[in-house]
Amino acid sequence: MTNEELKSYLTERFPEAEIKTGPQYVEMTVSNASLLETAQQLKQSKETSFDYLFCLTGVDYAQNMGVIYHLESLAHRHTMVLKVKTADRVNPAIDTVSSVWITAKYHEREVYDLLGVRFNNHTDLRRVFLDDDWGHPLRKDYMDEVRIVER
Amino acid sequence: MSEIKEVIINNDRLATDEYLVNMGPQHPSTHGVLRLLVKLEGEKVLNVQPHSGYIHSGIEKMCEAISYPQIIHLTDRMDYLSAHMNNEAVALCVEKALQVEVPDRVKYIRTIMDELSRLASHQLWWCVFGMDLGALTTFFYGLRDRELILDIFEETCGARMTVSYNTPGGVMFDIHPNFQKRVKEYIKYFKTKLPEYDKLLSGNVILRERTEGIGHLSLVDAIDFGVTGPSGRASGFSCDVRKHVPYSAYPFVKFNEILDHRCDTYARYEVRVREMWESISIIEQLIDNIPAGDYAVKMKGVLKLPEGEFYQRVESARGEFGVFIVSDGKKNPYRVKFRSPGFSNLFALNNMAKGHKIADLVAIMSTLDLIIPDIDR
Repeated sequence: MTNEELKSYLTERFPEAEIKTGPQYVEMTVSNASLLETAQQLKQSKETSFDYLFCLTGVDYAQNMGVIYHLESLAHRHTMVLKVKTADRVNPAIDTVSSVWITAKYHEREVYDLLGVRFNNHTDLRRVFLDDDWGHPLRKDYMDEVRIVER
Repeated sequence: MSEIKEVIINNDRLATDEYLVNMGPQHPSTHGVLRLLVKLEGEKVLNVQPHSGYIHSGIEKMCEAISYPQIIHLTDRMDYLSAHMNNEAVALCVEKALQVEVPDRVKYIRTIMDELSRLASHQLWWCVFGMDLGALTTFFYGLRDRELILDIFEETCGARMTVSYNTPGGVMFDIHPNFQKRVKEYIKYFKTKLPEYDKLLSGNVILRERTEGIGHLSLVDAIDFGVTGPSGRASGFSCDVRKHVPYSAYPFVKFNEILDHRCDTYARYEVRVREMWESISIIEQLIDNIPAGDYAVKMKGVLKLPEGEFYQRVESARGEFGVFIVSDGKKNPYRVKFRSPGFSNLFALNNMAKGHKIADLVAIMSTLDLIIPDIDR
């Protein structure tokens, strides 16, 4: 499907989601409650069949914490972006999609490590890179005490 | 004496328990600082748990403090064997965001350099793979050929590995007057040397015995784990970004995406060797046709990306490399994410190594072609 076809299909299929066309891909923002179900449908539905998760990113948007999923369908060769946001900055938690795409299990560990976003129902949520007593360096409120990096 | 006799007679007492062994962080076969926590029963691997982060350098955090042209110099340090591809990904992403169209000359130069990097990377992989399996000779053959590519890099851009040759809008300098001549000489030379690789290793009985049927990664698992690059293509996963989302001069050349459906360690070996032939073919198609023109578009002194989110995919020597930039309109990015191929590939290791011997684990890990700074970033 082209981006326009994909956009109209998604608008029809997921009426609650917020859908827009970004600079490259169709971007769909869903609520945390419907994330897992949406992910399953995007993968299993024959029209979309997004079976390859090629990038999973956590972003601190200051007001809220976001997780961004870049998806590709190998059968149709179309690409889209799925987004989920949570306003809770103290204890951000998002449902895991590792039951849909296994690779998410490890990328979610990285997001947890660097941004402190927890993933509900994750089977093995440990930090990937840093020690347990380290802060979450990619958060915007992270105190960089020795000023290694200053924006 | 009587005790030993008793042990031998009583078979139950010879049974081994499961035990945990740390492979790394300084084990030679991990090619860097990676620790694998291996659960063993005798020599049989029951479970492998990779522990990374020993050389986590916070590159993504550092990028938030520096400007876009400076980011390029950091990307060299991730996957130092695909330094040029990593540079190119950032340059392309910035150009896409600013809607800059680079001249054809730049595209050709970038693609030739990409393929030379890929050749050098696969050569290093090939020689180290032999060494991991105990064949030291391959090490000298591989490095002998790779050295000449690094000489070309040095003459072109002053550095041998961390090239930093790309810049938003083009390349840093024009190619050296000798560049075309030397690349052509090299290709002519390497075409006589690549068959030696097959003679030396590919048909070797010991290599075949140790790799065929070992480390099976099914197509479904390869997609699910996001295993890309030659490792993914050896499972039949058609994931070549050069083919599916072509960039730079790849739309102008004819080449095959090497796919194999045997899914084992030998398939991953053969895909890389065959990819070297494809790289040679791509370079041959381009080297005589580099168009005249500028080697860079004139860009502003301070680059400010428009607000938004930009993604660029390229094919590095290990798989799909991605750059994701979130910009808030300032001169440095709000957030940068590097999708490194090694990170996804590493975590498929447990799936592939389970049930095999510990020596096979070394071979399997070697065909994943892991570069640790690429994983840890």
